[in-house]
Amino acid sequence: MDMEIPYTVEPRPDTGLTNPKLGIWLFLASEVMLFGGLFSSYVLLRSGADYWPNQADIVNIPLATLNTAVLISSSVTMVMAWASLKMNDFAKYKLYMGLTFLAGVGFLVIKTIEYNEKFSHDFYPSTNNFIGIYFLLTGLHAIHVIGGMVVNGFLWGPGAKMWKTAPEQFVNRVEVAGLYWHFVDLVWIFLFPVLYLL
Amino acid sequence: MSHTAEEVRAQVKTYVTIFAILMVLTVVTVAVSYIDLPSITQRVGLALLVAGTKASLVAIFFMHLKGERQWVTYTLVLTSFFVVLVFGLPMWTDNDHIVGSSKVIWDAGVPVPELPGHEAEVGDEGAGH
Repeated sequence: MDMEIPYTVEPRPDTGLTNPKLGIWLFLASEVMLFGGLFSSYVLLRSGADYWPNQADIVNIPLATLNTAVLISSSVTMVMAWASLKMNDFAKYKLYMGLTFLAGVGFLVIKTIEYNEKFSHDFYPSTNNFIGIYFLLTGLHAIHVIGGMVVNGFLWGPGAKMWKTAPEQFVNRVEVAGLYWHFVDLVWIFLFPVLYLL
Repeated sequence: MSHTAEEVRAQVKTYVTIFAILMVLTVVTVAVSYIDLPSITQRVGLALLVAGTKASLVAIFFMHLKGERQWVTYTLVLTSFFVVLVFGLPMWTDNDHIVGSSKVIWDAGVPVPELPGHEAEVGDEGAGH
């Protein structure tokens, strides 16, 4: 028996939004608090420390810059995937969504190289507070990337069948997944200067 | 916000432009970190200014915040309020701490370099014996 979620296509009259759209924004608000709390902890750890290591000596700036470019590119392919559906071009959608997924893979591969580099230098979360919060923040972010890839992969593969049965609802699903994916990009935009450059 | 196919077609150009700007700003992010600004406040301020600009572009154009419904705005206004709190409370507390309480936060495992003042103190003690 199907449980119907109301207002997945038509906007709810009182909010003016579809339920998934309002839902994802509320979820993202909670995500802002999750990352905000950790960023705040970082500030407090650093400002309260007698000694803070030179972050540039520990992190890999070129790899992180590359990852920034990868993630920004994936945001563009994601919005292009949605735009392709809006323009009724399913083949282009498959292409752009596929690229978005691959960019996610690329990001994680680069991240793995970065992490391995840390471990090979005996840098572990327990080494000091900077490396601890570096692993916590980038790790939590990477988990978000993986979560987004699961959804994007589903919408690229088996979930794409919905384009035939309920196209408008499918477009909305892609848009909502996109909002989440852009948020993951947005978090990285702040993580990059804070953990790598300052 | 609903978009017609025609509107979306027009937006595609905007997406490409924003993408180019974001890439340039990424280079700017790295470049400004090499500027030797006198204070940490200025360095942090500049870095966050560039990051904030990039984040705003993503939110306004890719997340379609431009022209989005009021309810989304309400959500974000409420979130901003709590973000200020989550950043502000620890900092206000830290600036008003009981003497010595900020010492709770220290780097476990990192060799703390000898502070000049500390060294002198040890030296003085040694001289007393």
